[in-house]
Amino acid sequence: MTLISAKNINFTRQNKIILQDISLTIKERDFTTIVGPNGAGKSTLLKCLLGFYKVDSGNIEKRSNLKIGYVPQSLSLDLTMPINVERFLRLGKKIADSYFLQTIKETKITEILQKPLYVLSGGELRRVLLARGLLIDPELLVLDEPAQNLDISGQLSFYKLLQKIYQNRKLTIIMVSHDLHMVMANTKKVICLFGHICCSGAPNIVTKDPEFISLFGDDMAKMMAIYNHQHQHEHR
Amino acid sequence: MFESLIINTLIAGIGVAIVAGVVGCFIVWRNMAYFGDSLAHSSLLGIALGLVFGVGANIGVMAICLTFALLLVFLQQRKILATDTILGILSHSALSIGMVVISLLEIKFHLHSYLFGDILTVMPSEILWIYIGGAFILSAIIINWSSLILMTISEDLAKSENIKTII
Repeated sequence: MTLISAKNINFTRQNKIILQDISLTIKERDFTTIVGPNGAGKSTLLKCLLGFYKVDSGNIEKRSNLKIGYVPQSLSLDLTMPINVERFLRLGKKIADSYFLQTIKETKITEILQKPLYVLSGGELRRVLLARGLLIDPELLVLDEPAQNLDISGQLSFYKLLQKIYQNRKLTIIMVSHDLHMVMANTKKVICLFGHICCSGAPNIVTKDPEFISLFGDDMAKMMAIYNHQHQHEHR
Repeated sequence: MFESLIINTLIAGIGVAIVAGVVGCFIVWRNMAYFGDSLAHSSLLGIALGLVFGVGANIGVMAICLTFALLLVFLQQRKILATDTILGILSHSALSIGMVVISLLEIKFHLHSYLFGDILTVMPSEILWIYIGGAFILSAIIINWSSLILMTISEDLAKSENIKTII
């Protein structure tokens, strides 16, 4: 079943073409990773799909009543705002206690519930944002560069968590990553974006590659996959 | 006489402080420290226009402040200039136009009393304005509290949860 389908969307801001003729389909249980260099329009594409921005042409169709959990890239949090993790998670929503407990356990943030939001480490904040996205019990989870600013082991543990959630909750996931060549092994489809879609396809599993294992360890090799780009053209 | 003057001043001051305290939090959290200054400057234009059209200074100030807010939102949406830059432009434009309009006015009045104000001269009718206006503002904030906080923490997150971030 198709959740989102975008056809020939174009998006221009201040006379600069940001997205050009992009078409994509997101089906149920898909795991799509959008990769591309900085300024490629990855976040903009997500925001267009989510309906934050109006596209200049083309159309985006979403299945009706589609529940989307969004995990933003960052927060614009002021240090003087006194808010702790639990209050942030419950902000503006009525959540059943059992579901709340289940979700914070799932995302491993039970211990930090009473901490102020601004003292959290990068990894903790990622998990809190993930929890907020999950608390609306989404069918589609959209993550904007969730592994940004995390070190290798932080990335690995976040990806492990995401993998578990993807499998347990039967979610559909769209993820943006600036890592051009390594994507999560669960990824069914990689879209390489640079204003337009340069190429797309399934990544290669690297589990068996001894060189990769010696470089990043067994854990990482199981978690990640390599994407071979298909495009020959160059960008200046 | 003197005592009632002090009491009036105190009541007016407390009223303003209650509202300013709550609104001020959002100004700080949103990095719009220049906002209060800008609003005060632009209100001079409101006073001038209020007197020109004969609707009174209060109505003039409110109309100009509303226009100011709408302009600010419009310019912020374009994401070209930083908020404080926009505030600076709006503030001094309004101040200078206000000065020009006042200099053209036939009625002469004390510019100083409007620019700097004097809380000791507060009238009972003005206290009423403070409290009715303040109650209106506070109830609007309380009703929308969690949406406002979420918008301040992350506008995108608010949008994704179908909170209207623009009117």
